[in-house]
Amino acid sequence: MSITVPKVRVPYLLLFPGFAFLFTFFILPIFNLAQTSTQSPIVGGDTAQYEQTFAFSNYINAFVENREQFGRSFVYATLATIFALAISYPLAYAIAFKSGKFKNILLVLVVAPFFTSFLLRTIAWKQILGEEGFLVPTLRNLHLLGQQTTITSTSVAVVAGMTYNFLPFMTLPLYASLERIDPRTIEASGDLYANAITTFRRVTLPLSLPGVVAGTLLTFIPAAGDYVNAAILGSPNTKMIGNVIESRYFKIVDYPTAAALSFTLMVAILILVTLYIRKAGTEELV
Amino acid sequence: MNTKIKDATIPTIAFQARLSRWFGRNLLRIYMIFGFTYLFIPVAYTFAFSFNDSGKSNLIWKGFTLDNWQNPCGAPQICDALGNSIKIGALATIFSTILGTLIAFAIGRYQFRGRSSSNLLIFLPMATPEIVLGASLLSLFLVFKINPGFWPTVIAHVVFCISFVVVTVKARIASLDPRLEQVAMDLYANELETFRRVTLPLVAPGIVGAALLAFSLSFDDFIITNFNSGTLITFPKFVYVAAARGIPAQANVIGSAMFFLALALVIAGQIVNRKKTR
Repeated sequence: MSITVPKVRVPYLLLFPGFAFLFTFFILPIFNLAQTSTQSPIVGGDTAQYEQTFAFSNYINAFVENREQFGRSFVYATLATIFALAISYPLAYAIAFKSGKFKNILLVLVVAPFFTSFLLRTIAWKQILGEEGFLVPTLRNLHLLGQQTTITSTSVAVVAGMTYNFLPFMTLPLYASLERIDPRTIEASGDLYANAITTFRRVTLPLSLPGVVAGTLLTFIPAAGDYVNAAILGSPNTKMIGNVIESRYFKIVDYPTAAALSFTLMVAILILVTLYIRKAGTEELV
Repeated sequence: MNTKIKDATIPTIAFQARLSRWFGRNLLRIYMIFGFTYLFIPVAYTFAFSFNDSGKSNLIWKGFTLDNWQNPCGAPQICDALGNSIKIGALATIFSTILGTLIAFAIGRYQFRGRSSSNLLIFLPMATPEIVLGASLLSLFLVFKINPGFWPTVIAHVVFCISFVVVTVKARIASLDPRLEQVAMDLYANELETFRRVTLPLVAPGIVGAALLAFSLSFDDFIITNFNSGTLITFPKFVYVAAARGIPAQANVIGSAMFFLALALVIAGQIVNRKKTR
């Protein structure tokens, strides 16, 4: 190289601008969030004025008050992840192995619905499944649905919405890992007298595991912190932790509690993710 | 297969066997049809209702009209919101693609001390829920008395786009055949020339893909934007606020137009790629 930079320094120079940015606008805010989370209202101060008092009790209060929403977030996110995996795996498998020359077109079609706005799609589901839509009255006339039963404003609708909205985050990593499998390993399994099911269980599935891990993480993490699906498709009874954080920030202006909740959510997810990656045994995630 | 010959002597069993084999063979195809139908239901709905002669609230079908398509800015504020989203998306894409590509080259091409912690730093923003990213940035801006608005939103978008750019570009770098660069060096190209004439053109599709991904993530983002944009209105924010009283059909027009535009872009990209590889 004509520029006189010692070779050892090149990677650090490449990293510097991006990491300086991430340090300022990602790491620093997280520390700041931790700091805000232990503040208390200033006695005699205005609303939204807080001072540092190292009130760690904020965490206990925030958690106890909102444990229901915490639990719901993790249950909903887990369910949405499982459903997304169940829907995506056969789809990704079919595109990777059974679509021949249509492979690229089908792959584009999987992602295409997500080019229309996420909110528009969620609202479309709300209207399709809602009272004014045509599905619910039809099902009621066929007596498949009780006269009082609704689909929207239920936990079913929230989980279904999350499943749908995070589907490409599941399908794409799955497809990527399935597509990478050398077809000869599958043929070899057949040559060794394994039937289709055994081949899938012992060869294809283990080889696609990195995709399963990446896909479940990319679905679970945004789902656990989501509040849009619960706000549009749910009811007050389906509030998730995201809804609580949002209203603490904007409606109640209770920054310490909101920060404590955010921090708890982040740490809980990080612990779960670490355990999961350990268990799944794949390090080549990203 | 040999055992099946015996069955073929009895026609009914043969028919059943054939039927079940047909299902076995086509199960995945049938599944694909169902899968794609499911994926496209809300898109079809959004597109259909963009032609609704709806008036204010686009809930019930009232008749076909082209008015909404002829006048997409007809709903108040909608085109300001769209313009803001495009501007923010473009800026966030440029910054995150540059920063992310540099990081991807460092991690993908070099062995250095701190490489695995660098990987961790890239993974962390992806493992942090959007609401935490948004809320923590907002509290930082509040501490420094920076008002939420246009630039805070751009910054917030760059934060979550960088990781996706790094992952995409890194994957492309990892898939390169290192022999191609060796060949260039053997042909007396120096390192800079090799990079410019061999490495960069080979990585370019990955960079373009990463930029498109960054733009679509930024354009569609609601949660982080909601925290950091203050009174600035973006297209997703417009839709969210309007949802309470029924979204105008113009939002469906813009959503559908985005869909077809993106589809056309991706297909054009595929055609260009195929021509190149031939």
